[in-house]
Amino acid sequence: MPVPGYLWPMLLVRALFRPGLEPVSFEIAAGECVAVRGASGAGKSLLLRAIADLDPNEGEVSLGGRRREAMSGPEWRRLVTYVPAEPGWWAETVGGHFTCWSAAEPLVASLGLPGACRDWPVLRLSTGERQRLALIRALVQAPPVLLLDEPTSGLDHETGLAAEALVARHRAAGAVVVWATHSSGQAARVASRALSVAAGRVREEPL
Amino acid sequence: MTYIRLDYGDLALAGLLVVLNGGLSMALELGVERRLAIAAVRRVVQLTLVGLVLTTLFALVSPVWTGLAALVMILFAGHEILARQDRPLAGYWAYGLGTGAMLLASTLVTLFALTTQLSPTPWYDPRYAIPLLGMVLGNIMTGISLGLQTLTIAVVRDRAAVEARLALGATRRQALLQPVRLALRSAFLPIINTMAATGVVSLPGMMTGQILSGVEPVEAVKYQILILFLISGGTGLGSMAAVLGCAWRLTDHRHRLRLDRLAPAAGG
Repeated sequence: MPVPGYLWPMLLVRALFRPGLEPVSFEIAAGECVAVRGASGAGKSLLLRAIADLDPNEGEVSLGGRRREAMSGPEWRRLVTYVPAEPGWWAETVGGHFTCWSAAEPLVASLGLPGACRDWPVLRLSTGERQRLALIRALVQAPPVLLLDEPTSGLDHETGLAAEALVARHRAAGAVVVWATHSSGQAARVASRALSVAAGRVREEPL
Repeated sequence: MTYIRLDYGDLALAGLLVVLNGGLSMALELGVERRLAIAAVRRVVQLTLVGLVLTTLFALVSPVWTGLAALVMILFAGHEILARQDRPLAGYWAYGLGTGAMLLASTLVTLFALTTQLSPTPWYDPRYAIPLLGMVLGNIMTGISLGLQTLTIAVVRDRAAVEARLALGATRRQALLQPVRLALRSAFLPIINTMAATGVVSLPGMMTGQILSGVEPVEAVKYQILILFLISGGTGLGSMAAVLGCAWRLTDHRHRLRLDRLAPAAGG
């Protein structure tokens, strides 16, 4: 958990690299959202997965001054949570993926899903339903850093806006958000800065 | 005790059944006739050699030669485990893990039986040690290869599910619990089925062999029960060691899923 006085700390990335990604450095302040833009296969997911330490990578990443090596992988990922574009499911029903469904229920409603979806079998879910539930699954853990990988690619425009509003609320509370997206319209709506990824090179660019 | 000796003509006659299978495979285009032929020839050669080796070993009653024979059997079984994996671990791990787990389990179980229930003099008497090891080994081998095969297939197939748990802060133990359970269950199933069906549906080979060579059925049954218990203990131990070891190898100290440590998928 975040150290006292640093309840919503800053994310610092220094010379982070991995196969398919050239060394990259940036920092993101608490409450800030940075869009990551780039074509499919340019390395957006590689960057987000490296920050979450889900793949072998080199470089320094720290949160509020605490380097990730100072904690275990699972501890780090509870603070810095990656939400993939095609999320995985391990239980048979939706509810099996939530330790506390009552915490998830208001978020479920705000994204236009009925409370009864708790008992839905995961196999029955559409791509959009999966994306919404995966976002909620991460949000209920209230991580100080959210790494979103095209979280609304399967949603219609209206539901996408609802998801953006939900993330914005979390960000307003002080969370850092890194949001990979294809759409420059979405990038402009959700983020205050942008990184562009092309052929494994990451550059800061104007929104 | 008396038994009926077989001559080579009797064997050739029985071999006709395999030829029949081959014909069936060709007629129905099953495509297994080649593998069938190789397996049948291999079995004849292997068993003939084993007969010669056992005759020599039994005459020697030497701990060194018995141990060496046991080691060779285990190393061969290790190759068999490897051959039954679609996606084994990459590098030496592929052979080392299955063989190591089998070495551990089969040695423990065989020594246990030789020093307590059977206790022949000397305890390493190859007439007991080698057949015992052979029976235990074959079953442990099946358990380990099923366990490893199921684990690697499940982890590749459920990669998204495993990574979803890891991304949300689960430990590698939590994230791999489902695939590991699945793997251990499939490793256990054959021996459970065998124990349930033995004596009703099937008469086990060793018991039948003893009866054919003139042992009282009640005594043969006692031996068979002993062997089945040894096998189930060894299978549990061996597949547990192999599956947990493989799960450990498929993740790293940062609790990341490391499918790059599997051998590349065969074929495009």
